[in-house]
Amino acid sequence: MERRTIFGGWLLPAALVLPQVAVTVVFFLLPAAEAIYSSVTATDAFGLHIRFVAAANFAALFADKGYLGALGRTAVFCALVTALSLVLGLLLAVFADREIRGRTLYRTLLIWPYAVAPAVAAVLWVFMMHPEVGLIGRLLNRAGIDWDYTLNGAQAMALVVVAGAWTQVSYNFVFFLAGLQSIPRAVIEAARIDGARGFRRFRTIVLPLLMPTTLFLLIVNLVYAAFETFGTIMALTRGGPGQATETMVVKVYRDGVINLDLSGSSAQSVILMLLVVGLAALQFRFLGRRTLA
Amino acid sequence: MRPRTDWLAHCVLGLGVLLFALPVWLIFAGATQDAGAINRGDLSLLPRLSHLGVFWSVLRGRASDSLTVPVWHMLMISAGMALVIAVGKIVISLLSAYAVAFFRFRFRMLAFWTIFLTLMLPVEVRIIPTYAVMADFDMINSFAGLTVPLLASATATLLFRQVFLAVPDELIEAARMDGAGPIRFLVDILIPVSAANIAALFVILFIYGWNQYLWPLLVATDPRLDTIVIGIVQLIDTGFTLTPWNTMMAMSVLAILPPVVVVVAMQRWFVKGLTEVEK
Repeated sequence: MERRTIFGGWLLPAALVLPQVAVTVVFFLLPAAEAIYSSVTATDAFGLHIRFVAAANFAALFADKGYLGALGRTAVFCALVTALSLVLGLLLAVFADREIRGRTLYRTLLIWPYAVAPAVAAVLWVFMMHPEVGLIGRLLNRAGIDWDYTLNGAQAMALVVVAGAWTQVSYNFVFFLAGLQSIPRAVIEAARIDGARGFRRFRTIVLPLLMPTTLFLLIVNLVYAAFETFGTIMALTRGGPGQATETMVVKVYRDGVINLDLSGSSAQSVILMLLVVGLAALQFRFLGRRTLA
Repeated sequence: MRPRTDWLAHCVLGLGVLLFALPVWLIFAGATQDAGAINRGDLSLLPRLSHLGVFWSVLRGRASDSLTVPVWHMLMISAGMALVIAVGKIVISLLSAYAVAFFRFRFRMLAFWTIFLTLMLPVEVRIIPTYAVMADFDMINSFAGLTVPLLASATATLLFRQVFLAVPDELIEAARMDGAGPIRFLVDILIPVSAANIAALFVILFIYGWNQYLWPLLVATDPRLDTIVIGIVQLIDTGFTLTPWNTMMAMSVLAILPPVVVVVAMQRWFVKGLTEVEK
């Protein structure tokens, strides 16, 4: 869509777009170009000599069991966080859409967790699940279950999944509720008259109509789980114990910022970029919508 | 139809509310309790109302010996960061959307696509090189470094562009007839008609700014630039031996409160903002 009526001149519009274009070029495009450049070069031990190595950094990455482990872990983590937060968001939205007393209050009480930072949500879960002090953690231990997420990798993974999903449920709730409210009452009534009841009506009528919302949320949640849970994981486990909760983003951070492996972490960055581009392309292809801040 | 209480709905929603409220209630109650008792595993869900002053003393002082700045200072940095990012993103996106929607100039589409590309490049994918650029510009450990690089927003630009494209041509003609130039038109007409969108964006971007973690971790090692989120995670890291549990809980309550108040107070715009921005 284009406007028919426009203003003339070029100096003013150029000045108007300049701040945003400048920030974008300097802090987004330059670093991205730099990451691509470093991913195909290698620097010697003294940082004096740089040479072109083509795909060697990527080859090394995919030969590294540690990286392949992080890939698999990220896939599992993203799938679990997405599934859990989508199901809970949908469940709550379905019931909040009913004509019940206090529904506006319920909505407020279900929306506010969106405001809690992922890293702070993780801290809340420490207080819940800490093996000696946490409200639930110490109950588990008293009940004879050997609960200690700082030592047990599977328990650590379960905890970061729950804490990661917890902050995202509100977001999904808002979208599912908006989706449900946009379904015409007449459609529901017609289904009721045709004798479709309860869960069957939900499965055959409501769920298909929610499909565009669900697909959109699926991609947004995958992006969230892959990228924005960095704070959650760092606050809860720092990727540990061992590598048990080390996702791709945590590994980029560990390798790049802590271990200062420039080529390796740049190659990882480029793979992450491809991942974002892929997810965004999926979204445009199927939904014509956009993602990320 | 006879109104009947829908017990199932109340049960499910009640459990949902509890799932969210319980962890926060726990830290609120825990903050007022005795650190020693919590350590022994006696964390209770009942707050000691006589000890509500703990929030005030945590706010005023350094929460722990491992922190060098007081908690109120961290809250100020968080608030400053959230406000500058929210307002800054709105202003520069509004201006560029205006230019792209209402002018025909050379490189217009190039500028548009350049801005659009930021969608594909979240901080997480360009950690090291962004740090290098920041170092070149001498922006490490500065408030500008915390905020300016986050100011580009493709989503806000796209949203404003859409709003502007929906403004009827008649309005523009009328403004022109009255002798309004491009700046007058922007200030007197476009900004007022997008007020609701601006409010909606503000809520979402304020939360986005307040909740940043990776970015401040990367570019600010100076404790005087610690945000409240950074401060809390640091305390958790330095181990539970150094910091009393109840202090950490009080600090977490203080960190959660401001963004939650913003979301609840501006709930109507927030919901509109989320579903329209499709962040």
